[in-house]
Amino acid sequence: MKHRKQRRTLEGQENTLGWVFSAPALFAILIIVLIPLLRSFAQSFQQLDLARPAGNGWIGLGNYFALLKDQRFLNSLWITVRFSLISVLLELLLGLSIALLLNNNFKGRGFVRGLMILPWAMPSIVNAAMWKWIFNADYGALNAFLTQVGLMSAYKVWLSDPFWANALLIMANVWKEAPFTAIMLLAALQTIPTHLYEAGRVDGANGWQRFSRITLPLLMPVMLMVSTLQLIWGFQTFELITVITGGGPFSSTEMVALRVYATTFRSLSFGYGSAMAYLVFLVILIPVIFYTRESYKRIIDY
Amino acid sequence: MTKRPLIGKILLYTAVLALVFWTIAPYLWLVISSLSFKIDLVTVPLKWIPTRLTFENFKGLFFDNGEVTFNTGLFIKALINSTIISLSTMLISLPIGILASYAATRIKFKGNRLVLLAGLMAQMVPPIILVIPLYVILRYFDLLDKHLGLILVDVSICLPLIIWLMRGYFSSIPADLEDAARIDGASRLMALVRIVLPLAGPGLVSVMIFAFISSWNEYLFAFVFTNAAAKTLPVLIGEFSTKLGLEYLKIAAAGVLASLPPVLLALIFQRHIISGLTSGSVK
Repeated sequence: MKHRKQRRTLEGQENTLGWVFSAPALFAILIIVLIPLLRSFAQSFQQLDLARPAGNGWIGLGNYFALLKDQRFLNSLWITVRFSLISVLLELLLGLSIALLLNNNFKGRGFVRGLMILPWAMPSIVNAAMWKWIFNADYGALNAFLTQVGLMSAYKVWLSDPFWANALLIMANVWKEAPFTAIMLLAALQTIPTHLYEAGRVDGANGWQRFSRITLPLLMPVMLMVSTLQLIWGFQTFELITVITGGGPFSSTEMVALRVYATTFRSLSFGYGSAMAYLVFLVILIPVIFYTRESYKRIIDY
Repeated sequence: MTKRPLIGKILLYTAVLALVFWTIAPYLWLVISSLSFKIDLVTVPLKWIPTRLTFENFKGLFFDNGEVTFNTGLFIKALINSTIISLSTMLISLPIGILASYAATRIKFKGNRLVLLAGLMAQMVPPIILVIPLYVILRYFDLLDKHLGLILVDVSICLPLIIWLMRGYFSSIPADLEDAARIDGASRLMALVRIVLPLAGPGLVSVMIFAFISSWNEYLFAFVFTNAAAKTLPVLIGEFSTKLGLEYLKIAAAGVLASLPPVLLALIFQRHIISGLTSGSVK
């Protein structure tokens, strides 16, 4: 009797201790993430114009209906989807190639592998400023390089052409993100047991068959996880656009994060801006839920 | 290992060289630009390897003709702000995150999964959704353009990362070690500090670096929540490079300085970083 009571208080102590230890973190997440999330959800059903407060109030789904007819917003959503999908595809192709390359034995492998971390560590804003300087029409390294190797005869104003502006933004993004994909895929490659390849070789499988039947299927889960994460990150791209093109030319590179920012903090339409942010969240909700569930499962299994 | 034929070897090294060039070239160009005289960079055809170098662009960030002026003061201020904010973020988020992670991993209590799930969800919410209501909340508490305001936000961004990463390290430490200490009368907190943390040393290092880098590099929140007194280095660089007519080489120098702490930390502690990055997704 006494023993059971003692055990119960011990369990109670553990329970209290658990809550005490996690309270500061939970409190911080509550204040900085959860409450703002709910608040902005509520705001998305209101008209909240700081510049014209007279008409402010609840308008139900009004903001959302207006957004579905807002050509500039829909255009920015399309640009974002295109940018993110192309980026993810290139990051996957490039990342996989780099990972396969680095999985070989060669002199200086450690150095090259360490180098992959450089673009990841760079502040995004410096990445943006760096590429802006490279794309510069008068003194940029891109123009100088292409004319010197004979691919172009005259300097080009890259960023005033919508096609090139979009393409170069994707390139700047891929430069920074592809090494991250490579690091993740390389780690996964190294967990594949070598005896699988030996067995494949014994069975007479050639290089391509070993890759497509052994490597690729085993890498698939990690490829899916990294690409989902990269897709979500792609949707949030902000620094690159503000610095390199500012959304131009003619709004052709204006991605949603920039549109939300401009609506909220320049036009001071907090309600409309919140609805816009939520609608964008809705578009990437499926990848977000997928990624959250998968990583939760992985970490719980530890 | 079978011996590679010569042609394969040549292909391999060519690919490696191409990869190294693609990764280094843009950054190297930024570094070269920051060390060059303007006159050497505006010539056509452009010369890639400068014949002379200068520290003028860097000096220009700190001094105007040997004096600290309004413009140079802005840069020094931003550098100090960034340092204060990232170091404080690191020092505050570390104990909070470690306690929560330890509780979620090692203490049997009802909030176990809540902590992990809260952390994960906090990480997945797009910052652009949070930036609007947080602006209103920070303004209400008079925390806009204050170090404390940005530190609070940055801490919450770092927490999920710390909770998740440390969980991996905590669960790799045998529970017996801790139990032995607790039987000796050491309390849970003591067991954590004296026994578990020293064993999770590599995890601590990577978590500290992750927290520092993510706060140092953070742009969107700093851009919206600060405008003068607490303006960080990334925000200043963003301003520099969107304004027309500003000197490119000064931006290059500022960019090199801003990227140096995270890049050097990452390169020096690359083992820790890579094991941290990959611990969640690869098992």
